[in-house]
Amino acid sequence: MNVRLYVWQRATAALMVPFVLVHIAVIFYATRQQMTAADILSRTHGSAAWAAFYGAFVAAVSIHASIGVCNILTEWSPLRDRGAGWCAVLLGIVLALLGFRAVIALVLM
Amino acid sequence: MPEPAAQLSVSLWRGGADGRYETYNVPRRESQTVLDVVTYVQRHIDPTLSYRFACRVGMCGSCAMTVNGHPSWTCRTHVAKVADAGRLQIGPLDNLPIIKDLATDMAPFFEKWQQAKGVFAPSQTRAEPMARIRPDSAARIAADAAIECINCGVCYAACDTVRWNSGYLGPAALNRAWTLVNDERDSGNGVRLAAIAASGGCHSCHSHQSCQEHCPLALNPTASIAGLKRRSTAAYLKGELKA
Repeated sequence: MNVRLYVWQRATAALMVPFVLVHIAVIFYATRQQMTAADILSRTHGSAAWAAFYGAFVAAVSIHASIGVCNILTEWSPLRDRGAGWCAVLLGIVLALLGFRAVIALVLM
Repeated sequence: MPEPAAQLSVSLWRGGADGRYETYNVPRRESQTVLDVVTYVQRHIDPTLSYRFACRVGMCGSCAMTVNGHPSWTCRTHVAKVADAGRLQIGPLDNLPIIKDLATDMAPFFEKWQQAKGVFAPSQTRAEPMARIRPDSAARIAADAAIECINCGVCYAACDTVRWNSGYLGPAALNRAWTLVNDERDSGNGVRLAAIAASGGCHSCHSHQSCQEHCPLALNPTASIAGLKRRSTAAYLKGELKA
């Protein structure tokens, strides 16, 4: 890992701390209020705030996880920097696609 | 005083990377060190045994081996403190190529010192007056805390990250770089920070602290590496570093 990846991974980790807390609070709130999926979607539909919140969350997760996996592959697989880097980029793209698809479903559909 | 009745059962690594442990019986003696045991085998049982030592008093850093699974300096390691039920297993240092028996090739270890720019880069010539360094300055205190490394390679052999990532510079080279980063007379920090901030540099350290745990001189390379992380990250964020 070089200093650029180190800074990105630490910065996204710091960003995810409040994201995770808010996300868990939302889960607790939704379950304690016995909200159905339809109830939740009715509140998130068209919400720019939830789109921004979960959009940023997905971006942070995609960057953070792919850097971490790159490091693991470098240390635990025969792949070296370049090969591990490409695998990590691929993983980041997959995570981002899946995540943004879910965000779109939450606020637009 | 020799204790004729007491014998040590000593397993020594013999051969190269595809070698094996062979067991020898060595008389137990008072105040006996692990290096004494190895030397006894070489002088009295098998003169073909290869190992490395020089000063015998913990200064030169050449006698490090793996003793009962832990990297140690053998000249200052007393048998009484490490022999488990009269048994010793002594092998070459981990994470380095084995030349033969207990002798490892230290070339990768010192090449990484070079890669980490562990060489003093003077900022003045000898014609200029001697630099005045305050011993109580923060930079000098930081350098002094890490300066006593004897290059024994124990931290390098103990490091999990070195084991997993052959490109990682390792605790000793980074600890050396930290002493120079804090040396007010040195002029090589631009190049040095770029070297230790690159892939395989200080940011690869997982802070497992095995280096600190095993360092025979009780140095703390993990703290030095943490210092390098702070310093190089700050330089990167200021745009002073090209990663």
